[in-house]
Amino acid sequence: MRLQVPLAIILIMGLFTIVTSFIPARPIADLNQTFRNWYIGIITFFIFLGTINLVRVNGEKIKTKASDWQYSIILITALAVMLIAGFYKGRASTDEESVFMYLYFNVQFPLEATMYSLLAFFVTSASFRAFRARNKEALCLLLAAVVIMLGRVPVGTAIWKGFPEVTEWIMSYPNAAAKRGIRLGIDLGLISMALRMILGIERSYMQ
Amino acid sequence: MLMTSGPWVWIAGLLTLAIYSFLYKDNPFYKVAEYIFVGLSAGYWAVFLWWNYAYPNLFVPLGEGNYWNIIPIVLGFMMFTQLSKRTSWLVRFPLTFVLGVSLGLQVIAAVEGDMVPQLQGTFSPFAKGALFNTYNFWTSIGLIVLLVGVLSTLTYFFFSREHKGVLGVTSKIGVYFLMVAFGASFGYTIMARISLLFGRLHFLLSDWMHILR
Repeated sequence: MRLQVPLAIILIMGLFTIVTSFIPARPIADLNQTFRNWYIGIITFFIFLGTINLVRVNGEKIKTKASDWQYSIILITALAVMLIAGFYKGRASTDEESVFMYLYFNVQFPLEATMYSLLAFFVTSASFRAFRARNKEALCLLLAAVVIMLGRVPVGTAIWKGFPEVTEWIMSYPNAAAKRGIRLGIDLGLISMALRMILGIERSYMQ
Repeated sequence: MLMTSGPWVWIAGLLTLAIYSFLYKDNPFYKVAEYIFVGLSAGYWAVFLWWNYAYPNLFVPLGEGNYWNIIPIVLGFMMFTQLSKRTSWLVRFPLTFVLGVSLGLQVIAAVEGDMVPQLQGTFSPFAKGALFNTYNFWTSIGLIVLLVGVLSTLTYFFFSREHKGVLGVTSKIGVYFLMVAFGASFGYTIMARISLLFGRLHFLLSDWMHILR
């Protein structure tokens, strides 16, 4: 029951989804769509599980007065404010002019953008270390990065008018070739791992 | 300097400065902004996913009399059994359902949406000797480079034989292609982060402090 039923579920659902994707006829295609809708609905429960876990971990920190426990109060308050703002008026809570969207655009979005922009400083310092032409491979990396950057900014065009075209060529061919090779490798790995899981050979996710 | 009187702009401005204070060192202002961010993000995604995915896909059809939808709702709530050690094994039922459908979709997407078009795009320009007749010189050279790049990159990731002789040379060429791709990605990452930084500085100096107009 604890092992065989879940293995049967993954086998049936995996094979059903693959096989029925090639059958556009109505009852089968409708069932396939229904399962997809269920799947989308169920995965949203993961975020609720994560949210409950976040509250549990931070609640524990507050209870035991662990280090930086004061910040956990701020976290739980922010979470509660967002949840109340998002649910208190039902579906209308997320309308364009709602408190929820004001909080998103004026608090969450600036925080997110600033967090990511903070990386500009660290990426710049990292590039001083990475952009050293120690060997031919590193020289390739350095040249590609410099040409791509110059090709995308006005100062690059001011230096040489050909930079945008060269950038475009690098992006369309050598860059696309390597990305394509990587993608094909990922796809092959994904397919083999998916089949291993569907057929019950790979079971580590159950532990 | 005429600073704005809007409370939301002040909140956004002060939180932006609090995050940037990390450039000096880790400090309480940064920590407050960081914890607010985590709390708000978790709340935002919970609300967003509820109203856009769980509610329309599970609860609206149930309200319209589709009682089959009780099954995914029960499976969804079974996720919470993970929170107790005694009942945590029950999470395997929703997990395997989700994994089964997700893996099935990914296999189809990988083959139909990725592998076939990628291989088609790589090899089809060479069909029936159409290369130099159909495309201009630099495009034709580019397509040859693309083919060589794809094959050599794939060779680099082929670990079933030792990289010696022809295989070694081909995989070495693959390394150069990979380096160009990593350089391009790195260049793009730097530019994306710096443009975000400019965006935030523009917000501080324009929307909040009205120094720039």
